[in-house]
Amino acid sequence: MDKDDTLTATQAAETMTGAQMVIRALKDQGVTHIFGYPGGAVLPIYDALFKVEGIEHVLVRHEQGAVHAAEGYARSTGKPGVVLVTSGPGATNAVTGLTDALMDSIPLIVLTGQVPTHLIGTDAFQECDTVGITRPCTKHNWLVKDVNELSRVLHEAFEIATTGRPGPVVVDIPKDVQFQNGAYHGPQAIHHRTYKPKTDPDLSAIVKAVEMMAAAKKPIFYTGGGLINSGPEASKLLRELVDLTGFPVTSTLMGLGAFPAARPEWLGMLGMHGTWEANHAMHDCDLLICLGARFDDRVTGKVSAFSPGSKKIHLDIDASQINKIVRVDVPIVADAAKALREMIRFWKTQKHAVQADALKGWWKQIDQWRTKKSLDYRNSDSIIKPQFAIDRLYELTKHRQDVFITTEVGQHQMWAAQRFHFQEPNRWMTSGGLGTMGYGLPAAVGVQMAHPGALVIDIAGEASVQMTMQEMSTAVQYNLPIKIFILNNEYMGMVRQWQEILHGGRYSHSYSEALPDFVKMAEAFGCVGLRAEKPSELDGKIQEMLAVDKPVLFDVRVDPAENCYPMIPSGAAHNEMLLSPDDGGQISDAGKMLV
Amino acid sequence: MHDTKVKLAGDIERHTLTVLVDNEAGVLARVVGLFSGRGYNIESLTVAEVDAMARTSRITIVTSGTPAVIEQIETQLRRLVPTHKVTNWTSAKAGIEREMALVKVAGTGEKRVEALRMADAFRARPVDTTQASFVFEITGAPSKIDSFVDLMRPLGLVEISRTGVAAISRGPDAM
Repeated sequence: MDKDDTLTATQAAETMTGAQMVIRALKDQGVTHIFGYPGGAVLPIYDALFKVEGIEHVLVRHEQGAVHAAEGYARSTGKPGVVLVTSGPGATNAVTGLTDALMDSIPLIVLTGQVPTHLIGTDAFQECDTVGITRPCTKHNWLVKDVNELSRVLHEAFEIATTGRPGPVVVDIPKDVQFQNGAYHGPQAIHHRTYKPKTDPDLSAIVKAVEMMAAAKKPIFYTGGGLINSGPEASKLLRELVDLTGFPVTSTLMGLGAFPAARPEWLGMLGMHGTWEANHAMHDCDLLICLGARFDDRVTGKVSAFSPGSKKIHLDIDASQINKIVRVDVPIVADAAKALREMIRFWKTQKHAVQADALKGWWKQIDQWRTKKSLDYRNSDSIIKPQFAIDRLYELTKHRQDVFITTEVGQHQMWAAQRFHFQEPNRWMTSGGLGTMGYGLPAAVGVQMAHPGALVIDIAGEASVQMTMQEMSTAVQYNLPIKIFILNNEYMGMVRQWQEILHGGRYSHSYSEALPDFVKMAEAFGCVGLRAEKPSELDGKIQEMLAVDKPVLFDVRVDPAENCYPMIPSGAAHNEMLLSPDDGGQISDAGKMLV
Repeated sequence: MHDTKVKLAGDIERHTLTVLVDNEAGVLARVVGLFSGRGYNIESLTVAEVDAMARTSRITIVTSGTPAVIEQIETQLRRLVPTHKVTNWTSAKAGIEREMALVKVAGTGEKRVEALRMADAFRARPVDTTQASFVFEITGAPSKIDSFVDLMRPLGLVEISRTGVAAISRGPDAM
């Protein structure tokens, strides 16, 4: 079967240039926003964009920012993010964002310019092997050398990025192809001959899973980003399944919001900085129901001691995640919403009921773990504790339904995950898999573009935020009133914490000796700068920040010595958590080797 | 016939996999990059287009790893967008594996005669002959080629070129 055979005969091709095809394909795919930066090898596409209405282009200040902004846009809307950058450095600057999106399964279509086909391989100006460089950090990529292939590749790119396990794709388009005339075909003509992701669950696995759930005495739902990626329906169905069973729920960093933090079944986040009750329940459970998570090392801790007594059900849309880290008893390869719908259907039609007495005992045990109050901290009257700052931010914004939080990476990210409680999916944008410092500010730009009236806050650290700080200029240009809430402890806090615990307090190069004056810097960018140094002034300043309809950079000077607890030290098991500095750090040599 | 040794040290096993892919630009780099990027081993690799009309290529890889790693390799290969099908001949126990090698041996006198005699016993055929050398063509399971090469070593072995393994299923059906 030839690819051309799959084109519908009724589909009349239109003739246009490659550059016009790009814009036309974006329109046909329903794209309304693109994040980009022009350069020599994409000038024809920028020229085609110049005359177009209905697509808003957001000019970033660095291509990494474009990709993170597109990630924030995608994560907060469920739609794919689109990026347009030039060849060479434009493409290489996008690599961190592509890797980030691949690790966190974010659908992106990244269009890169390339030198003209006759110059490829000659070390031409701003030439790089974009498809070679981005092959390991994309779900798929293409170099399009024939203008008549371009529309098919573009539509295929959208299909591959957004279906199955979502991810980033790159389409590399040489400049001569952008100028050439060719035949444009619309999106409905595409039927891929090898790519057919499996989304319907195997019903025998569903039957087995619900039988195990009905028999379970100490069950737990361990949910992840797959529920968010599946769409809001999956979150709704999870709530319904918990209504039916009353099982406790924990979530990975990426899955926060799929289940409301206000509900009594919520145990908080699990893993390295998860709650005492979530991790102990994972360790002691007899049935672990993993929904759209991938047994990441931040979650499992020591794999050989991970949930040792449980049967395991694993729902994932990506078959390669099954048995990758932890062997499971019942794998379900499917879209999360489809599988959850079937689980609920079989639970009802087979008239299953839970082991009520056993569950009562399980909840009693969980309530006992809860009395540890593992997120507690010692507050201070004189110095702002970072936990206090996040608690106040949450308290002063929780009445709003339209709060979107992005983060950078480090201690502040973990504190935000622990303490900012999400009730809905798509409200929490963070770099989970790759752990990219500098993600949060540009991601906030993307979120605010998608949700103009919403409150978008980047909970940041002063080290991370300096990595992509220039995107404040983008926020100003497009009147995006994002709030950059910096927990400024003058250190790379998580690095400092590990140096304290693992390296004898030798703080090798983790102190920023020359921080900018963030307030003046905000003003220089045309934003509003705020600073708080005492706990007593925090609420007033937060209110001031919220009242301003402009981008705000808020420098919250926090305790530089505070560490993030609870913590499972590297190489330890879920039931070997540290709750505070008083617990000491008994880290094995094998644990020190881990990151 | 399964001449490739399956059990190696510890719980490491050797497996022969075939991947049928769309023959598009960069497809081999995707497969090879998956192995290097995830730290998997490649012992041999054979690739060629097998259907010019359908533009499909067949890649046969001999790899090694624990059973869990082999399972990961298979699912990761299936995940690549241009992949049509992945077959594990070692698990399926239903494949024929063959490799071809060209083996150059230089020498005169008794060693030369001995080399020719050995080649005959292995059904290796001289495809280039000079007064001082032979190039033998030998086809068979990789272990048979290993044995032949070992025998040629003291007889003036100069150079070896091996194709890697090609594999196909027994019986009337395709993979």
